[in-house]
Amino acid sequence: MSDRAILDVPILDVTGIGVRFGGLNAVKDATFSLWPGEVLAIVGESGSGKTTLLRTLAGELAPDSGQALFRTRAGEVVDIPRLAEPQRRALARTEWGFVHQNPRDGLRMAVSAGGNVGERLMAAGARHWGHIRAEAAAWLARVEIDGSRIDDPPRVFSGGMQQRLQIARVLVTEPRLVLMDEPTGGLDVSVQARLLDLIRTLVGELGIAAIIVTHDLAVARLLADRMLVMQQGRIVEAGLTDQVLDDPQHPYSQLLVSSVLQA
Amino acid sequence: MNAITGAPEALRVENLSKRFTLHLQGGRRLPVLDRVDLAVHPGECVALVGPSGAGKSTLMRTLYGNYLAGAGRILVRHEGAMVDLATAEPRTIVALRRTTIGYVSQFLRVIPRVPTAAIVAEPARRAGMAEAGAMVAARGLLDRLNLPEALWDLPPATFSGGEQQRVNLARGFVHPYPVMLLDEPTASLDPANRDIVIGLITEAKARGAAIVGIFHDAAVREAVATRSLTVAALAVEAA
Repeated sequence: MSDRAILDVPILDVTGIGVRFGGLNAVKDATFSLWPGEVLAIVGESGSGKTTLLRTLAGELAPDSGQALFRTRAGEVVDIPRLAEPQRRALARTEWGFVHQNPRDGLRMAVSAGGNVGERLMAAGARHWGHIRAEAAAWLARVEIDGSRIDDPPRVFSGGMQQRLQIARVLVTEPRLVLMDEPTGGLDVSVQARLLDLIRTLVGELGIAAIIVTHDLAVARLLADRMLVMQQGRIVEAGLTDQVLDDPQHPYSQLLVSSVLQA
Repeated sequence: MNAITGAPEALRVENLSKRFTLHLQGGRRLPVLDRVDLAVHPGECVALVGPSGAGKSTLMRTLYGNYLAGAGRILVRHEGAMVDLATAEPRTIVALRRTTIGYVSQFLRVIPRVPTAAIVAEPARRAGMAEAGAMVAARGLLDRLNLPEALWDLPPATFSGGEQQRVNLARGFVHPYPVMLLDEPTASLDPANRDIVIGLITEAKARGAAIVGIFHDAAVREAVATRSLTVAALAVEAA
């Protein structure tokens, strides 16, 4: 079956990625693969290099070594760090999306909610105004934002609504890979739960691959199939999420898991 | 004796060993399983017996890939071939869990805010059933397990232990997994619901499920187990 054949090829092959900031090795020799439909969590404490690795995979930071091979919808394989800027921007609009921890970094705060979603569709090539507005309205409904708010700018929204709007803006072009940096980070616990449910439902329905950077092991357990544990720039453990959390092998993973307060 | 005649094994465990290394306690080693062998045919239910702390739950979790096997093989019949879960890639284990191996634990761990019926329907949907059919199956099981209909649209976080246990059971039985792992499935149930679970397990055996379970309740064990396997505690090694 052709679907099966596509699913058996990784969408992303990361090999030996290293990032240096001056004398500091922020990421050392990161190697892993991601398959379509898979959700991968990258966990570790602040300064472990997880966000740096994510930004490298988005093409926002140039690594000092290694490659990140991405397979496009058309079947072309590109090395993300070596893309020319115009090509990187084009792929960032259509093939992948980035959800920032702070919605202000991913939204245009003075543009209407509908405009924020429609804008990304237009950037990806949509031209018919009526279709764009209908699609934007449909996405607001999907992320549980009331249709009456379509003309309001996100600066008057709550933090949870802003984050849901950012997710709609990213997913509207149906990217095949979504990179999320602490997507539930700044939110109240009750708002987090709603967002987690939403992310999981949408990722499952659309069959997209996702990488979620988080320091919250509970978020990783609920969202991710697999996880990577990073310490001081290195991936020290990789495996099935519940296996790494319930039977961690590396001393640092054991420390991380045992340090969490049980709710 | 209840095994479906002539059917090949659904699960074969060979020489399975497992120990924990506690790095935070000076690298202390806790051996738990030593060269366990087990074969389960479709229609069989093997009860794990042995004292508390002998490693019964560890064996169950290792068979599900939740604990990493130390040595040995865990062969599971998946889509017609035997797959070694002890060495399989994580994404292969995800696929095995989707359609082949079901696990009912004693604890319900779910995303907050999701309604009970959707939680129960989820494994069926993941296994490929359409949403409407999965919801019908979920509601049917919740009804059979006597969970009041008024609770079906609520998230189970505030439910009693027995109610959560029944949600967990419904979730575990909503898809006809060829291999089922049941860790104390009747622990917090009253006698009436316990009998319903015995009925569910008996039906699963009849359709050809290969089951491994821990049943502290002797009446349940006698009702469902075709044989038992004794798990013995191992001596703790010094660091």
